Amino acid sequence: MNLNLRVWRQSNATDPGKLVDYPAPDISEHMSFLEMLDVVNERLIVKDEQPIAFDHDCREGICGMCSLMINGIAHGPEKGTTVCQLHMRHFKDGDTLVIEPWRARAFPVVRDLVVDRSSFDRIMQVGGFVSANTGNAPDGNAIPISKVEADLAMDAAACIGCGACVASCKNASAMLFVGAKVSQFLHLPQGHPERKSRASNMVAAMDHEGFGNCTNQYECEAVCPKEISVSVISELNREYTRATLTSGSD
Amino acid sequence: MNLDANIPSGPLEQKWDKHRFDLKLINPANKRKFKVLVVGSGLAGGSAASTLAELGYEVDCFCFQDSPRRAHSIAAQGGINAAKNYPNDGDSVFRLFYDTIKGGDFRSREANVYRLAQVSASIIDQCVAQGVPFAREYGGYLANRSFGGAQVSRTFYARGQTGQQLLLGCYAALSRQIGLGKVRMFPRTELLDIVVVDGQARGIVTRNLVSGKVEPHVADAVVLATGGYSTVFFLSTNAMACNVTATYRAHRKGAAFANPCYTQIHPTCIPVSGDYQSKLTLMSESLRNDGRIWVPSKNGDQRTANQIAENERDYYLERKYPSFGNLAPRDIASRSAKEACDAGRGVGESGQGVYLDFKDAIGRLGEDTIRQRYGNLFHMYEKITGDNPYQVPMRIYPAPHYTMGGLWVDYNLMSSLPGLFVIGEANFSDHGANRLGASALMQGLADGYFVLPYTIGNYLASAKLGSVSGSSSEFTGATKGVEDQTKKLLSINGKRSPDSIHKELGRIMWEKCGMGRTEAGLKEALKIIPALREEFWNNVSVLGTGSELNIMLEKAGRLADFLEFAELMCRDALERNESCGGHFREDHQTDEGEAKRNDDDYSHVSAWEYKGPDKNPILHKEPLVFDNVKLATRSYK
Ligand SMILES: Cc1cc2nc3c(=O)[nH]c(=O)nc-3n(C[C@H](O)[C@H](O)[C@H](O)COP(=O)(O)OP(=O)(O)OC[C@H]3O[C@@H](n4cnc5c(N)ncnc54)[C@H](O)[C@@H]3O)c2cc1C
Ligand code: FES
Repeated sequence: MNLNLRVWRQSNATDPGKLVDYPAPDISEHMSFLEMLDVVNERLIVKDEQPIAFDHDCREGICGMCSLMINGIAHGPEKGTTVCQLHMRHFKDGDTLVIEPWRARAFPVVRDLVVDRSSFDRIMQVGGFVSANTGNAPDGNAIPISKVEADLAMDAAACIGCGACVASCKNASAMLFVGAKVSQFLHLPQGHPERKSRASNMVAAMDHEGFGNCTNQYECEAVCPKEISVSVISELNREYTRATLTSGSD
Repeated sequence: MNLDANIPSGPLEQKWDKHRFDLKLINPANKRKFKVLVVGSGLAGGSAASTLAELGYEVDCFCFQDSPRRAHSIAAQGGINAAKNYPNDGDSVFRLFYDTIKGGDFRSREANVYRLAQVSASIIDQCVAQGVPFAREYGGYLANRSFGGAQVSRTFYARGQTGQQLLLGCYAALSRQIGLGKVRMFPRTELLDIVVVDGQARGIVTRNLVSGKVEPHVADAVVLATGGYSTVFFLSTNAMACNVTATYRAHRKGAAFANPCYTQIHPTCIPVSGDYQSKLTLMSESLRNDGRIWVPSKNGDQRTANQIAENERDYYLERKYPSFGNLAPRDIASRSAKEACDAGRGVGESGQGVYLDFKDAIGRLGEDTIRQRYGNLFHMYEKITGDNPYQVPMRIYPAPHYTMGGLWVDYNLMSSLPGLFVIGEANFSDHGANRLGASALMQGLADGYFVLPYTIGNYLASAKLGSVSGSSSEFTGATKGVEDQTKKLLSINGKRSPDSIHKELGRIMWEKCGMGRTEAGLKEALKIIPALREEFWNNVSVLGTGSELNIMLEKAGRLADFLEFAELMCRDALERNESCGGHFREDHQTDEGEAKRNDDDYSHVSAWEYKGPDKNPILHKEPLVFDNVKLATRSYK
């Protein structure tokens, strides 16, 4: 198939950047979206033009590195799919595809389609953990956890930290991301000793990094490649309220 | 070259205990005076960096991804082994030890493997404490399954995302230490050289992948946890940016490289579909618990799977290995698939594929049960291929997956370069010539949580470490070397992209040093690889500059190292005149086509010493001594 690409090109963080048109002829429907970009890049290199920079690594939908807006949708049109797992058979001959980076104040563009998501790491550093030094642990079966709770924890823990939730939210809110981590630990007894500090510290860090508020649009859930439910946001809200309203720290 | 493995004396079961008692300790208040660089943030590096920081050391940690959470360990699906014997099915430390030694085709060290089995149980405890959401039974206890050719159920898992969950546990522990200011994290930073001062590894030189800044880092010890080199084949199940640069550059600075030819080809991956292909997706081996593997009995049968009657199908693993059947170990399952396809019985457009069929399992257990067990894998398969595996069998083919070879280390996980420690897939130590499923995650975490934190303390307490500065000639020299290489790559202005050369290298390696190897093929590879290297240095195109995010420059730098390393792999494969595990020399097989070991001449670790750019490396041999197991021919019949 033949496609028309309009790709965001920006040579560094301070360059204003712009959309540039690239024709992409002879694309096989079996290619993944990123393989299509590889092909376009190889053709650019032959013409001595700089290839398009984009983040990717595992190409299996699990590392959370790939991060493209395709026609305004984070990770493109396929539900529950990262862009590395999106295949060209979902597009039609003659389509025009606008490819842009994640856009959010807390995710500055590094180059072309590559953004800086270290704000997510900094949120995790203030509470996205259970403080269990190596060597402290009791036997694994000493803490029985019902299958139902363990499954709920796993549902939330499936977050790959890609940032699609932020990119698709008009407020650039990180509530789904933070909610997922808080929910995981809420469903496990190991998470309980630190639940107050976790909720309040992570929310404070999220605000500090410049992520916006949640106004219940649920765009985040719609694009999440791991289909994390917005119920984690209600859990986060409850945990946050509990942390601020009850006295004392953990 | 000193290749003393420093294995403690005494009975196997007591070695590690005794050793830990003999190790010198550092007073808690003094630990912060020692600085350790941990390169890599996967299961091995992440666990080591967080644990060392918890103990009080000053730690800097590096990774090339944008966040430590994205290390390639994240992609592991199937599970992690531990000798917990929770299912009460006869597992024990000794059984896990024995299975690992035997699975590795008797080419690993007894003492290391035994220790691995010993600490395996603590890993699960530690991960549970961190909040890793392992699968559970209805009673609330941890669930186990059998995996990758084991006859006991010792594998712990978290849906199909075990690696992800273990890594996120590790990343959480690391994040906590970063937040506390105990670890400084350097993401998007690539190690490009190791610095040796007075015979000791005392630091590294890195390039900031965003700004291009080349910087020295001084320390008291360096830990490499930089993963494996399967991407030498270009197409593999590994993440795109996995590479050999860190370990190869360490090799050039004096660390012996052990058994580089031991690579694992995983039997259940989605077959290649075209030239544009960038990676091969692994379909978890757990599928073999219920899926049956077959090819048409007739050569060149063009009918679709559902048109081929039961009696016209060859369930070749069940036929050849009745007791293990579809669960035969990876090397054997992969080779059998190749054999069937080479004989013209392969399926799919390319003929390079075999069926993995769930029809019987669905008939027996119902579609719902199968969906519960493998739903996400079936979904992934359908996404990639467009086929629905509930209705038509999956098509699979083997693909490069894991590298058992790596930098040589002693019992303390220290390389032959004092002060340079190597953990996880980057070292060679525990899996011999073939790794069992669910054992890499175990090894990475064993090394990082429970072994290295002890042994590095002993080194730091006993080594004489002079004061060293980043402006010393060793550091400025290494920094200049890195800058010069960047300049050189940028000045070639050739015609070929790094990827096009990498793909060519990959094809050579797959054909000559892949699943089946021959003397003639390897000799040929040793002629064409240097020619391709020439081509690279004369005709590669690297656009842009060194002082910006430059993906072509990153790729070219890694490829430059692969082009040298590939030769070492072939040399090692040529020199090892036997078949063992994943190293199958077609000239060394039994009448039935099984791997034929030669224990009299090859029961050793091959450790290669670098001698200079145009000189042949020197082979050293560390003999393998088996006091606790009897060498046997692996049989899965
Ligand atoms: C698809 C897949 C599925 C798997 N499934 C299983 C399974 O079910 N069970 C199992 O036991 N094993 C499995 N494995 C194997 C296992 O995942 C790996 O062997 C293991 O995770 C490797 O961990 P590691 O910490 O050694 O390295 P990695 O996780 O690869 O980490 C390497 C780290 O080093 C960094 N790095 C590398 N080079 C440099 C450099 N030059 N400069 C700076 N940083 C650098 C990287 O950024 C990264 O942080 C699987 C592997 C694959 C590919
Ligand atoms: S590249 Fe890893 S999730 Fe897409």
